[in-house]
Amino acid sequence: MALKKEMQTGNRLRINEMIAENKNKKSMANIMEKIIPAILFILASITILTTLGILYTLLTEAIEFFKRVPIWEFFTTTELKPLSQNPKFGVLPLINGTIISTIIAMLIAGPIGLMSAIYLSEYASDKVRRVLKPLLEVLAGIPTIVYGFFAFTFVTPLIRSVWPEVEATNILSPGIVMGVMIIPMIASLSEDAMNSVPNAMREGSLAMGATKLETTFKVVIPAAFSGIIASFVLGISRAIGETMIVTIASGSSKNFTFDITQSMQTMTAYIVEVSGGEAAAGSTIYYSLYAVALTLFVFTLLMNLLARYVSRKFREEY
Amino acid sequence: MSVVMMENKMTVQLNQEKEQSAGTAIEEKDVVFNTKELNLWYSETHALKNINLSINEKEVTAIIGPSGCGKSTYIKTLNRMVELVPGVRTTGEITYKGKNILDRSFRVEDLRTQVGMVFQKPNPFPKSIYENIVYGPKIHGIRNKKILDEIVEQSLKGAYIWDEVKDRLHENAYGLSGGQQQRLCIARCLAVQPDVILMDEPTSALDPKSTLKIEELIQQLKKDYSIIIVTHNMQQAARISDKTAFFLNGEVIEFGDTNTIFTNPSDSRTEDYISGRFG
Repeated sequence: MALKKEMQTGNRLRINEMIAENKNKKSMANIMEKIIPAILFILASITILTTLGILYTLLTEAIEFFKRVPIWEFFTTTELKPLSQNPKFGVLPLINGTIISTIIAMLIAGPIGLMSAIYLSEYASDKVRRVLKPLLEVLAGIPTIVYGFFAFTFVTPLIRSVWPEVEATNILSPGIVMGVMIIPMIASLSEDAMNSVPNAMREGSLAMGATKLETTFKVVIPAAFSGIIASFVLGISRAIGETMIVTIASGSSKNFTFDITQSMQTMTAYIVEVSGGEAAAGSTIYYSLYAVALTLFVFTLLMNLLARYVSRKFREEY
Repeated sequence: MSVVMMENKMTVQLNQEKEQSAGTAIEEKDVVFNTKELNLWYSETHALKNINLSINEKEVTAIIGPSGCGKSTYIKTLNRMVELVPGVRTTGEITYKGKNILDRSFRVEDLRTQVGMVFQKPNPFPKSIYENIVYGPKIHGIRNKKILDEIVEQSLKGAYIWDEVKDRLHENAYGLSGGQQQRLCIARCLAVQPDVILMDEPTSALDPKSTLKIEELIQQLKKDYSIIIVTHNMQQAARISDKTAFFLNGEVIEFGDTNTIFTNPSDSRTEDYISGRFG
């Protein structure tokens, strides 16, 4: 109103002049306009530089290791005895331990996580979802060391009470506990993916006379598939990289076996054990750390590439 | 999810069945949906008030009215899609071929198989054209590949889109234009051979050319299907429908032959609306 009155009485606000005036004052702002992006760029490159640095260290030290132990021996033999008189460096027992613990974890986390996601996204009322989802995410915030001794002091005795052949340290118990740890991650990410499927698609299906279950499994899940796969792959990467739980509950025997009742060592647990003091810098066992770490790195890298490929291939675009 | 409340439904239904068997069968035969004293609430909002409408078989019935007048709500009640909104309550009855569909014992999946729906915005599934069409038949247990192939051809031909897509049946439906997607959705609906097709402003998201195609298609479909179409476009209602119902603030103001409604409306509010004075 006041503005209108001023305009009518001729006291028009000279807005364009004010803007022009401000523009001249803006030189400081102009400098910031150029400096800030440069700072942002430098900060952003820190991650890249760190990654390159890590990769460089891994590669140079691993090459040193492969000068002492032939690469084919490292990747094809099944004996790992780094501390014996006649040391053997075959990484297969570690790869085997990692894969088996990951499989056990995903057998638990995959189905339970996905089903939880389906429940939360399609069936739970808003009220239930608002309570359950944060609770689920609390599970993801528990330190892994806690999971570790939960596996060792609770789950293992529980398993042994029904299955006495299981050893005191075994791969089964940490595998299961890792699975429990990964459930919230898969549930939460899959739920996000399913939630972002437009309602119009559910309506299209329901209007054809499909039941809710049919709609969920034939329309919503396929449409959210790439997101669901991504959550699985992140879960697998997490299981591969998980350290504390397996270190505590699976012991350190470097068996090459498929018997899940026995103790096995994963790549990560090996690194913990060896870097825990027994390796003198410059020794073969010291360099073996880098070779194992490099293998681990390649593993997770391959997982991520596979994830991209799979989620692109199965993507249902809408 | 939602509460469907019925009042005196059993007695009303019994009475009606008695009436039908008493000899009004010839007259009742053409009626596909009969709505009696329908009231609907979204939580506290009274969205439909005492609706009485009887919709004939193999005709196009247009429902017109300004935004928020309850016309979409009404057709969504006819296949009970309205129940997806939390907190919906209804009273009264809607009989579909003599059976009260608001009765809890009426399986909603059966209803929706016989009463198909085309939405305002085309909503194909993010699958191939072929998979979109066979979705309905497949969930209703048809697995034979040859029969499915035939259903695909027949449905796409029925929606006049076959020639445009026959060479790309296995491509994603989202590669089609908006108008093509909407005809694909109609074809998807035809694939389960419904009796009735509900259309909720099916052309409001389309360009004039695609709109014309859909209108022509509706004229063809009316030979085999009963069509109920909600539209904002009065010219469209006048062009394609046999009967028109004018809704205002949740009430049916006027219902009758499209010609009569558009040339000689009996209610002044109808006249105001169709002559563009409001809405």
